[in-house]
Amino acid sequence: MIDKRVASMAEAMAGIRDGATVLMAGFGDAGAPHALMDGLIEQGAKELTLVVNSAGRVHKAGEPTSGVARLIELGRVRKVITTFLRENSVAGRLVREGRMQAEVIPQGTLAERLRAAGSGVPAFFTPTGAGTLVAEGKEVREYNGRPCILELALPGDVALVEAWEADRWGNLIFRESGRNFNPIMAMAGQLTIVQAHHIRELGTLEPNRVVTPGIFVNRVLHLPVGDPKLPG
Amino acid sequence: MSEGFKPLGRAGMAARVAADIPAGWYVNLGIGIPTLAADFVPVEREVVLHSENGILGMGPAPASDNEVNPWLVNASTQRVTLRDGGSYVHHADSFAMVRGGHLDLCVLGGFQVAENGDLANWSQSATETGRQIGGAMDLAVGAKRVWVVMEHQTKDGQPRILRRCSYPLTAAGCVSRVYTNLAVLDVTPDGFKVIDMVPGLSLAELQARSEATLSS
Repeated sequence: MIDKRVASMAEAMAGIRDGATVLMAGFGDAGAPHALMDGLIEQGAKELTLVVNSAGRVHKAGEPTSGVARLIELGRVRKVITTFLRENSVAGRLVREGRMQAEVIPQGTLAERLRAAGSGVPAFFTPTGAGTLVAEGKEVREYNGRPCILELALPGDVALVEAWEADRWGNLIFRESGRNFNPIMAMAGQLTIVQAHHIRELGTLEPNRVVTPGIFVNRVLHLPVGDPKLPG
Repeated sequence: MSEGFKPLGRAGMAARVAADIPAGWYVNLGIGIPTLAADFVPVEREVVLHSENGILGMGPAPASDNEVNPWLVNASTQRVTLRDGGSYVHHADSFAMVRGGHLDLCVLGGFQVAENGDLANWSQSATETGRQIGGAMDLAVGAKRVWVVMEHQTKDGQPRILRRCSYPLTAAGCVSRVYTNLAVLDVTPDGFKVIDMVPGLSLAELQARSEATLSS
């Protein structure tokens, strides 16, 4: 019997090694697997490469610090690959202090690098970023009269994903803009770990609504954490 | 000194852009004044708004608490609604819409636009640690048309309409039109062409506030 459900956070996080590349989904708070990030902090892996759309907001007094910012502040991230790195964030400070590397890339290039990784495409050319700082050190070729730059697939050793509904095979359904990076990070992750609000009986998820089939999923943890909060 | 013209405010600039967006277009509105333009597109003019985080057919902010859906935010992580006909996709499909040339228009904010259509809108220095690219480079390269909305000059009076951008580029040669608080400028093979100005402003006065040479 296939059963990808795990009973505890410790079981969900088992085996994540130092030096791993970790894909963290979410856009704003929607579809962000915050509980799994807390679990990763507890688990202890370090020297990580963290792939996340935003490397953290500028922290406001009195607000809880995001898991991404805490993982970075703890010195557990060797390198962050992201589309937003704010000067006055925790990540910005660590980069300035030389304690973390950062690769800031266009959001569509991030999405495509993830999809490529999940689809067996090792690299692709794109006009996005040609002639900009993003092109530094990258091979340039002209296609259809436009300069294009070579971008590499971005696979993860681990993907942290949030879903609205899941079953024991790891089939996933998402909610509204909570879908965002979740399906493509699930595809790009060697070990894809899901926190799901609802676990449904096998056969009860409407097949036409399943966005991520279980072939892309390794572990499912039932965590009914509630609605996303509006970011400050 | 009293001047004989009145620059547009943020809402005025947003309304001016919105007036030029026809029914049936698929459009991405960037952060800031471009986002405000949505308020000036009447709902019966069916313009389909795209948001990078996987929304096609985005509607306005919720009108009441009853309409709030915490799972539905736009690319600025503000709560929004979905129009009838709207749909959700994942991030790679969302950017396939952008990079695959499917959007009729993208309206972006800007720091500088050059007469060759170069756009700088994400960083003011190559040496800054903070880098906030987001979807701007994809949108600038991928949309069929790129319009930029920005103040004609910086707060301290430096020109933003330039011969060449001095800030790091978002994309080369991508801009087709610029809406400022003073004028609307088309980017042509011969440089900037003025197609509209606020009442009372002369071409000479507009030229004095621009580095690039303007034609009418």
